[in-house]
Amino acid sequence: MSDLDTFRAETAAWLEANCPVEMREPVVDESDACWGGRNPVYKPGQKEWMDIMAAKGWTVPDWPKEYGGGGLSRAEAKILGQEMARLKCRSPLSSFGIWMLGPALLHFGTEEQKKHFLPQIARGEIRWCQGYSEPGSGSDLASLQTSAVDEDDHFVISGQKIWTSYADKADWIFCLTRTDKSEKHKGISFMLFDMASDGVSTKPIKLISGASPFCETFFDDVKVPKSYGEGISSVVFEVNRGWDVAKYLLGHERSMISGQGGSSGGSLGAKFADQIGRDSMGRLDDPMLRADLAEMDIELLAFRAMAERFGDTFKAGLCHPAQPNMMKYAGTELNKSRYELIMAAGGSEVLEWESDASNGGLTARDWLRTKANSIEGGTSEVMLNVISKQILQLPGA
Amino acid sequence: MPLYLNDDQQMLQDSASDFMKGEGDVAHFREFRDKNCKDGFSHDLWKKFAEMGFTGILVSEEEGGLGLGHVEAGTVLEQIGRNLTPSPFLTTAVAGVEALNAGGKALREKYFPGILSGDSVLALAIDEGAKHRPDQIQMAATREGNGFKLNGKKQFVVQGGSADTLIVAARTSGAAGDDKGLTLFAVDTETNGLARENVRLVDSAVAAHVEFENVIVDADAVIGEVDDGDIVLRRMLNAGRAGSAAEIMGVGAGAMDITVDYLKGRKQFDKIIATFQALQHRMSHLYSEMEIARATVLKAQQMLDDGSSKAELMVSVAKAKAGRATALSVKEGVQMHGGVGMTDEYDIGLYMKRDRGLQEFMGDANYHTNLVAEMHGY
Repeated sequence: MSDLDTFRAETAAWLEANCPVEMREPVVDESDACWGGRNPVYKPGQKEWMDIMAAKGWTVPDWPKEYGGGGLSRAEAKILGQEMARLKCRSPLSSFGIWMLGPALLHFGTEEQKKHFLPQIARGEIRWCQGYSEPGSGSDLASLQTSAVDEDDHFVISGQKIWTSYADKADWIFCLTRTDKSEKHKGISFMLFDMASDGVSTKPIKLISGASPFCETFFDDVKVPKSYGEGISSVVFEVNRGWDVAKYLLGHERSMISGQGGSSGGSLGAKFADQIGRDSMGRLDDPMLRADLAEMDIELLAFRAMAERFGDTFKAGLCHPAQPNMMKYAGTELNKSRYELIMAAGGSEVLEWESDASNGGLTARDWLRTKANSIEGGTSEVMLNVISKQILQLPGA
Repeated sequence: MPLYLNDDQQMLQDSASDFMKGEGDVAHFREFRDKNCKDGFSHDLWKKFAEMGFTGILVSEEEGGLGLGHVEAGTVLEQIGRNLTPSPFLTTAVAGVEALNAGGKALREKYFPGILSGDSVLALAIDEGAKHRPDQIQMAATREGNGFKLNGKKQFVVQGGSADTLIVAARTSGAAGDDKGLTLFAVDTETNGLARENVRLVDSAVAAHVEFENVIVDADAVIGEVDDGDIVLRRMLNAGRAGSAAEIMGVGAGAMDITVDYLKGRKQFDKIIATFQALQHRMSHLYSEMEIARATVLKAQQMLDDGSSKAELMVSVAKAKAGRATALSVKEGVQMHGGVGMTDEYDIGLYMKRDRGLQEFMGDANYHTNLVAEMHGY
């Protein structure tokens, strides 16, 4: 047996022995995600699962051990993911700290910043949110105006962010601020501060899905210390170099959002054939819908292969640096198409908005939520611009 | 195994790329098209394929080949697609060899030397109607003395005119639609009663209509077991479908590259037309589709090489996805070239015609989409 086979067998046995039964039930809605934080809301099994996985470093399996990670190789992390999927183990911790801030700190942070912030993220102690977009700065993010004025040992932040995911529930924020008004891209800094600071307020935004995962976030002369201890600056990388960090992180965000396209599990067609009915040949008895579903099953399997190839080439340093933009474009457009088809196949039953049978209109709300996929984290149109410019090297318009 | 080419596979792809560009590029394609010769490809070039080792990729090392897999065969096929290289590689060295690999040693010993030396050409006699329907094969093979007597018609037998040997799927029992009852035969094209009519296709490939009238073959012409031809057929189809998916992906990638270059050179309204966002977004969408097609094709090839039970599903996914992506590539290519895209002088139209031919080979995107539904049980 190879080392990886041994690792797979041991991992499977450990997961079987340690994953709470509740954490092997399918995820139904967003409330089934465990976010941790200073004011956590846990469902049964969530805290136990998060803690025992964090103790092994497996909330962040491929981070180095000294920062709370599992120190796994790419191949081992892939096996852990495969075994968790096979045994239907839920993700132990949902976290913008893991998905976004962590990779930025691992790349740009000082040793002290990594040692201070990363283990808190890995253990689910601090819940982070991302302060990027502003009312006047969407696709043109670098035009952002939230200012950070240098006042001796601290900065004073004033301005407004929008589309801040779960800002009302977050403990800390990683935030893009303007530290130089005379430069566009080179006048931005990437700052970390406590959402409990005086002058921070949040207001949830009600969406077409009825949910409010996003907030407006206001900064009214918020004092942010320049340092949280020896070597632990509140600014990541350098003052006025935050755009470099933001660009790097957008790459991660784009590849993360792109993963949604392939997250379907089994065959959509098989699922709906059971619901809708079959003809005497066993075929889904709506031929046009059957064709659409089969095409979607192909697209989902194809994108799953693409995601695997992207992950493998990304980790090996073989993929084009702008490839996350392609993944984000393709993955989000596919996810939107998938939900259009899910609504079409579901018929009138998935129109129900509040009934118990529809689980409170879950499918319809999820369908509406997907429409943001190709807007948030860079619109599809911006992705296509980036592919044109950076990959195809088409000259600027 | 990561989903990208390893160093050896990358080296093979590089040498295939140099080889096709050097020996079998679009100018070579045009030369053989305009000669209007019987076979539609250069036998000298086919010999060189053999010297490069390409024809032995799927032949085991003990039998004188390279003992490699579908990923490696695919690297050669992608380059064939990119350069529109005319050759009998797909039918002979990929699908044909895999059919023989599914059969007995005697047949391999008979046919592999000619394939390895580039002297032999195989063609596949499967289709009986305008559309690929291998489950509906009706051609009859009845017992006759020590062997079989074949009667029936086959069409779209690509390279059938130049082939020395046909791999023929016929029914030895049961009725059209039955899983069992098929038998595959290796039939020499010079056998009495076998008549071929060569037809030139839209992409200048040459295919044959083949009529079998009381064609007598020995029992040792049977590939695999009598009535169990579905096993051989499946292996051959998987190889041919994954292979044609790789080739069509190469056609799409080649057409995209040509179009990007054209956009960067063509001026209208005093501007390079590549600067127009209306064209940029369409090209970027196409790039995305071609990338997904590439991942899908490689995944299918890896699964075939691994002997995965899901390989057949992924092969259909790959043929459908690569087919759709390349259809988009050639259509966008001609449109974005404008008027010159309609001329014979520019290459983009040749890619469009090649795409059309490969779409039909071993099942088009619709066929495979239906198969995917069936494999998923709906």
